[in-house]
Amino acid sequence: MLHDALIAPFTDFAFMRRALAAVIALALGGGPIGVFLMLRRMSLVGDAMAHAILPGAAIGFLLSGLNLLAMTAGGLIAGFAVALLAGLVSRGTGLKEDASLATFYLTSLALGVTIVSVKGTNVDLLHVLFGNILALDDQTLLLVAINATITLLVLAVIYRPLVVESVDPLFLRTVSRAGAPAHLAFLALIVVNLVSGFQALGTLLAVGLMILPASIARFWSRDITPMICIAVPTAVLSGYAGLVLSFQTRIPSGPAIILVAAALYGFSVLFGSVGGLVRQLFPARHLEA
Amino acid sequence: MSMPAQLLFHNVTLGYDRHPAVHHLSGEVGSGALLAVIGPNGAGKSTLLRGIAGILKPLSGAIGLCGLDHRDIAYLPQIAEIDRSFPISVFDFVSTGLWGTIGILGGLGRAARDKIAEAIAAVGLNGFENRPIGTLSGGQMQRLLFARVLLQDARLIVLDEPLNAKTSKDLMVLISRWHDEGRTVLVALHDLDMVRANFPETLLLARGPVAWGSTKEVLTPENLLVAMRMCEAFDDDAAACADDISPRAA
Repeated sequence: MLHDALIAPFTDFAFMRRALAAVIALALGGGPIGVFLMLRRMSLVGDAMAHAILPGAAIGFLLSGLNLLAMTAGGLIAGFAVALLAGLVSRGTGLKEDASLATFYLTSLALGVTIVSVKGTNVDLLHVLFGNILALDDQTLLLVAINATITLLVLAVIYRPLVVESVDPLFLRTVSRAGAPAHLAFLALIVVNLVSGFQALGTLLAVGLMILPASIARFWSRDITPMICIAVPTAVLSGYAGLVLSFQTRIPSGPAIILVAAALYGFSVLFGSVGGLVRQLFPARHLEA
Repeated sequence: MSMPAQLLFHNVTLGYDRHPAVHHLSGEVGSGALLAVIGPNGAGKSTLLRGIAGILKPLSGAIGLCGLDHRDIAYLPQIAEIDRSFPISVFDFVSTGLWGTIGILGGLGRAARDKIAEAIAAVGLNGFENRPIGTLSGGQMQRLLFARVLLQDARLIVLDEPLNAKTSKDLMVLISRWHDEGRTVLVALHDLDMVRANFPETLLLARGPVAWGSTKEVLTPENLLVAMRMCEAFDDDAAACADDISPRAA
């Protein structure tokens, strides 16, 4: 019975195995990126970037149909272009970076939806907005896995400057010139992971598997290393449970995954060991020293 | 002063958006000097120290380091510059003081870990190694920054308001020790009694240098009054400085 519900979907259907593999790859790359997004107070920047990649992906779709490779390349280009343009405008004119980014991503989103609607059907639009992790082909799966690998390797190199730049940026500038390149590499990793997430969860939810596990981890640890170690399995668990939920109930897979993560988030807000509400309402007795 | 120079200011102007915060400073700091940098709020103390640490490029003029590399400078920022909510432990934070030897990818060996533990103990934070920095008090945070400077083992030490009333005594002992070891130490601070008691040399800054020399001669009521008056707000309509020969000033 339990086997039928939890394991059989994956042993019986290749597309479910593929989806599971994709979710694990997404979690491995997106988990750590999400933790840094949160700690650098960039959660909403990640969300904005996710929308910004849409017109690029849409143009890729326009040129070559539902070819995921073309859509990915387009998304990468659009993501970098928007990040760069928003940065240039805010630096050149004094408009705050969040306002300038919001302008660009809203424009991007409108442009992307328009392009897809003109050329494609409503099904295509749904696919772009919410992804379809159950329909990943080999090529896309490979792409998601490569992105996760690149993310982990690059992150290993820029980890130290990234941490120090977040805590004490002035100090980093006195000991190293790595701050700015590390930040740029980090932005690139955000886009790379959004493009992966875009295939699986769509432009609206792509950032979900990064931000929710990171926010959850914040309720269980006070140190960045364990935080990352919590975020990754949380993302894997959300992905797996979401896929099962989606398979059994016909809820679309992307939203199912995010809803499971949201449930875990709710649990953590209530019962988390670091700042959870229940802990605050019923504090343990204070210690002697 | 018979000491060879460690720091040379050649008509240095430092500032933000073309507005000078330190205006036309010239002079030299001898090797092994212990110099207090004082002045009213907005006098340019932090700006000057940032310029020395290489964080801020001069708008004009130059700062000579007399053979030192930027890696030979230890810079202690004001606590307000640090994101204390970031989840990093005391041990990990202090360990960044070894950046000069381990860089971006190097690991921490046994010897390095011992060094870090020693530095933490030297400022009286032993037992706090695994605590997140967000749980430290202001005074403990100050000690944390001193531990990192200890690890940096630098020839030139630049401290931006490292002393508040409560912690000052034993941290002053550390500063004096660095002075005894022959390092050059610059400290921005407010407490004039502390300056009189511990610092042989003082620079009184108010945008421009008001007085610079032995502490006794600098800290006169007249000089302090001049300094208070010289610190006006930025003027958006100010003309380009006539002394400035740089071609960019239109």
